[in-house]
Amino acid sequence: MALIECKNLTLGYEGKPIVSGLDFKVSEGDYLYIIGENGSGKSTLMKALLGHKCVLGGEIIFDKSLSRKEIGYLPQQTVIQRDFPASVKEIVYSGCLNGCGLKPFYSAAQKKHAKEVMAKLGLTELENRCYRELSGGQQQRVLLARALCATKKLLILDEPVAGLDPVVTRNFYQLIEEINKDGITVIMVSHDMNAATEYASHFLHICHTPSFYGTKHDYLCCDVCRVFNAGGDEK
Amino acid sequence: MIQTLTYYLSFSFIQYALIAGLLISLCASLLGVTLVLKRYSMIGDGLSHVAFGAMSVAAVCSLAPMAVTLPVTILAAVILLGMSSNGKIKGDAAIAMISVGALAIGYLLMNVFTVSSNVSGDVCTTLFGSTSILTLTKNDIILCSVLAAVVILVFILFYHKIFAVTFDENFANATGTNTKLYNNLIAVVTAVVIVLAMNLVGALLVSALIIFPALTAMRIFKSFKSVILGAAVISVTCTLIGLLIAILYGTPVGSTIVIADIVVFGIFSVIGKIKNR
Ligand SMILES: Nc1ncnc2c1ncn2[C@@H]1O[C@H](COP(=O)(O)OP(=O)(O)O)[C@@H](O)[C@H]1O
Ligand SMILES: [Mg+2]
Repeated sequence: MALIECKNLTLGYEGKPIVSGLDFKVSEGDYLYIIGENGSGKSTLMKALLGHKCVLGGEIIFDKSLSRKEIGYLPQQTVIQRDFPASVKEIVYSGCLNGCGLKPFYSAAQKKHAKEVMAKLGLTELENRCYRELSGGQQQRVLLARALCATKKLLILDEPVAGLDPVVTRNFYQLIEEINKDGITVIMVSHDMNAATEYASHFLHICHTPSFYGTKHDYLCCDVCRVFNAGGDEK
Repeated sequence: MIQTLTYYLSFSFIQYALIAGLLISLCASLLGVTLVLKRYSMIGDGLSHVAFGAMSVAAVCSLAPMAVTLPVTILAAVILLGMSSNGKIKGDAAIAMISVGALAIGYLLMNVFTVSSNVSGDVCTTLFGSTSILTLTKNDIILCSVLAAVVILVFILFYHKIFAVTFDENFANATGTNTKLYNNLIAVVTAVVIVLAMNLVGALLVSALIIFPALTAMRIFKSFKSVILGAAVISVTCTLIGLLIAILYGTPVGSTIVIADIVVFGIFSVIGKIKNR
């Protein structure tokens, strides 16, 4: 059963297309890597999946069982007011909000889950620190933890490892693998080909068109992949 | 001095004024944090002018002021918020236009159609509040207190949602929180707070009551919760001091409260500077 299906999708801004002809399906439990050069429209696709108005043609079909409240999301860039007073804990907890429904406060179980996520990402000592006083990599981890708290069925990550140190990166990949093994679908934009070949079940390579979509095995043998990884030398 | 104070405080209308004043300043400060952080301070200011215009219409038609100002201001709040989040129209220019327009219309109406002999006195009272909180009737005070209590309750019940929408609207929206609904809720509550606060400090000084406690708390506190609580305490304290001074020395209520806010802001700025060195 496909969780998300994109049919002949064209994405762009203000009527100008950026990518077209996207055809792919994401099934439950998949680990989809999205690869492509800068500016090829990867972030745009993530935004489209999350309901932004950048769909110019074609359609995105969500399975009925998947609600927006079950999706965790890490944007490529998060613009936060420079003077915003917020502690790490407050931000990570805010990820749990989509599981609250009409309840005004977080449940003990939600808080416990958030604490576990923070522990796994090494945020426990930072939990009472002010977000704006953290380093870039630490901030990225906080937003990652928030995304994980929001995840019930699907996790969408846009270049999550940019700015993380090697140790945290390794922990992060392991954490995502665990989550994926628990049945959560993962869609990740990344330039880290080593990790991609290790963990992914499917690939979507976006170029202006034609794009490639298929399983890991097929992708690694195709031309798009070879040219891309050779740095574009083999034209 | 204590004696004079207890003498004044034995009057029931002064007691009511104090209660209403403290409740109003409490909800103004709670909401103020969100408005400052969402960069909506200007909207608060614009809305207070709209409320002034509506108040003049009410005065001219001799209607109950709250019955006219409340719905008009709520409507204006929803429209202004919609315009600034839509992004097509330049938000601040539109706000400036609406607020100056409302001010002009309000003054014109009051000047042309008024029945009172002291127009400039009336206008001055609406704009600067002079002693209005002390002249409110018991029913007005009860209405104010109930509305203020509702605002505080709404704020507590939606606290986490308000935080999420204020901190990162894109994320909240992407993960299934109805940000539009909560933005409109914030707009409606803002309008209510502004109309209430107008009774306390007058239309022109409403923004001060909303933004000063938030900015003051942000000098020192670094989590959302501590800023909210800090702003609430600061605001209530300043209003209490301002009201007592105004009662004792007969100074205008609104300006006295705002000056107390300014002084505390100064003190906190200095403390914040020292702490961060
Ligand atoms: N809000 C926007 N309005 C107009 N054009 C945009 C906007 N965001 C991105 N673009 C353009 O869309 C193209 C794809 O961007 P993006 O999806 O962010 O690429 P990437 O694959 O690097 O994530 C870029 O050429 C960029 O200039
Ligand atoms: Mg991108």
